[in-house]
Amino acid sequence: MTAPVEALKVESLHKSFGQIAVLKGISFEANEQDVISILGSSGSGKSTLLRCINLLETPTSGKVYVHGELINMRDLTSGERRPVDRKQVERIRSKLAMVFQQFNLWAHMTVMQNVIEAPVHVLKLSKQEAKERAERLLNRVGMYEHRDYYPAHLSGGQMQRTAIARALAMEPDMLLFDEPTSALDPELVGEVLKVMRSLAEEGRTMLVVTHEMGFAREVSSRVIFLDEGLVVEDGSPDSVFDNPRSDRFRQFLTGTLK
Amino acid sequence: MSDIIAYLPLIMKGMLLTVEVALISLLISVLLGMLGAVAKLSNSRIAKGIAGIYTTIIRGIPDLVLMTILFFGGQILVNNIGEKMGWEYIDVSPFIAGVLTIGFVFGAYMTESFRGGILAVAHGEIEAGYAFGMNPVQVFVRITLPAMVRHALPSFGNNWLVLTKTTALISVIGLQDMVYNAGLAGGSTRKPFTFYCVVAFLFLIITGISEIGLRRLNKRYSVGVRKA
Amino acid sequence: MDIRIIIDNLPLYFEGLWTTIILVVSSLGIGLCLAIPIALLATARNKWISFLPKAYIYFFRGTPLLVQMFMIYHGAGQFELVHESFLWTIFKEAYACALIAFALNTAGYTGEILRGTIEQTLFGEIEAAKACGMSVPMVYRRIILPSTFRRALPAYGNEVIFMLHGSALAGVITIVDLFGAAKIVNSRYFVPFESFITAGLFYLCLTFLIVWGFKRAERHFHAYLRPREN
Repeated sequence: MTAPVEALKVESLHKSFGQIAVLKGISFEANEQDVISILGSSGSGKSTLLRCINLLETPTSGKVYVHGELINMRDLTSGERRPVDRKQVERIRSKLAMVFQQFNLWAHMTVMQNVIEAPVHVLKLSKQEAKERAERLLNRVGMYEHRDYYPAHLSGGQMQRTAIARALAMEPDMLLFDEPTSALDPELVGEVLKVMRSLAEEGRTMLVVTHEMGFAREVSSRVIFLDEGLVVEDGSPDSVFDNPRSDRFRQFLTGTLK
Repeated sequence: MSDIIAYLPLIMKGMLLTVEVALISLLISVLLGMLGAVAKLSNSRIAKGIAGIYTTIIRGIPDLVLMTILFFGGQILVNNIGEKMGWEYIDVSPFIAGVLTIGFVFGAYMTESFRGGILAVAHGEIEAGYAFGMNPVQVFVRITLPAMVRHALPSFGNNWLVLTKTTALISVIGLQDMVYNAGLAGGSTRKPFTFYCVVAFLFLIITGISEIGLRRLNKRYSVGVRKA
Repeated sequence: MDIRIIIDNLPLYFEGLWTTIILVVSSLGIGLCLAIPIALLATARNKWISFLPKAYIYFFRGTPLLVQMFMIYHGAGQFELVHESFLWTIFKEAYACALIAFALNTAGYTGEILRGTIEQTLFGEIEAAKACGMSVPMVYRRIILPSTFRRALPAYGNEVIFMLHGSALAGVITIVDLFGAAKIVNSRYFVPFESFITAGLFYLCLTFLIVWGFKRAERHFHAYLRPREN
């Protein structure tokens, strides 16, 4: 019996912006149905890590395997790295849907249009199919009544729930969340976390960069703590929260590490 | 008063020409503008250089001078080439010269409008496009371009208004637009002021209609926008 | 391409250059003086007061400079009052007509720039001034206008360039400005490319000078907007 392929494998990921090294050698694996919370203080590199996975940032070195498939990179003479095959990147991205901190809904499209846009133009679904999918998902996140609204007329929580529906519409293998509640008023955080929780309970594979300790502790199956570009903790929520191995994480929990 | 009525058909004929020239020039300028903006924002140094020289020269030389160069100079150029190729003498009509010149000149201003508009598109929305697996062309056509229209509209509208007034210059190279005809009418009736007033009034109408139209366009494209 | 002709006629071009500079500077100066009261009146809350200046601005921005110039140059003679009086000494001169047209035109555009900028003055700054007991004229003099001039600098720089380019129209009514000089050279020697491109180059240099000048002015007057240099 062969071992099941991991959903995601990251090997020795390094990322520098000019002289500043942000990721200094990250390695971890994610299996199907894992809900991994990535914690860390500002500047620890957690958003960068997420963005390297779907190549919104190009890693300086290291390997990323999505479902066993290596994203091929080549080095240019200028010292930069580029993906070898742009189409491979586009295909992989269409299977990894991302939910952004600033929502990034397309302002000139309605809620419905936002959700069907990528399925129609990237997955080549028919408009009818895409619409049906969208209606289901919008119902799921509670945005069906607002499907003809423009983002400008929505609250932050409504926008983020729309963004989640948009991501789900791609029927992705894995969902990437980049601090999904950080830009929301405290009252609106709850509604988004509720949706995320139901997704986790469904068995979705999720990578969540977050500050929400409650979510990390109660909903995720694994917690990774990043400090200054390195993985310092990696384990189940109970073991990490109750018995942290590192002082850094202890400090983080008590709030002295900002 | 009767003079005005008598010459009104002539003036209106000129107005038609004015509007024609303006609209066709607008089309040319929008095409050149898009090309120029994409060139300036591209990674190619050659494209950036050419576009840069284009916009710098146009914005550094009066429209009238450019028009004269292109009209007279163009005439000579076309015929020099024609001589070598064995063509007959080609008369570059003032209409074509005027339209091409104005289109060319305002292509430079549109380049700046569109470039500014594209730069103003929220980076996050573009990123989201890529994150969902769209290719660069899709991102540009489905995300960047529609969003850019809203940002570029004020500048675009301004350029249009200036363009309509610039068409008056074609009367100087002999095109029978309404300014030219007003000159004729004024000359015959010894009432130049009266006829130039009429023409001024007609320009105000063109400007007025344009502004109403632009305001409506602005409203339509601002639907998805958070007011500051 | 016969450069010799151009070189031989450079004195004429310089004469044109000088005329252009004087014409532009004078028009801008007069226009600016007119624009300030126009702008202030246009910002009045009373509709009766603001109507005329707004109509003025609307007219001069909504019609082509060429038409405005023709109205004065060709049109003034239509009126007996002008024809038969001392006014004719002014209006029969092409130069005077051009100057008047340009000045009135730039007064309209500059008026609009100033009006828009004044209205964008941060309300908080005005309130603070009133709170210390400043009278309304003083608020204008010490707070609103200085702030307005600084903020309007970029837009006014553009207007100066437009005025420079617009001044070429003077050559259409026989004035020997840069464009007029080029026309003379062209009509004498039949060298449209050389003659007008030379004029174009002169204008290009003038434009660069203006742009450079305003950049320096902005660096000086916008110092308060720059991040702290530690």
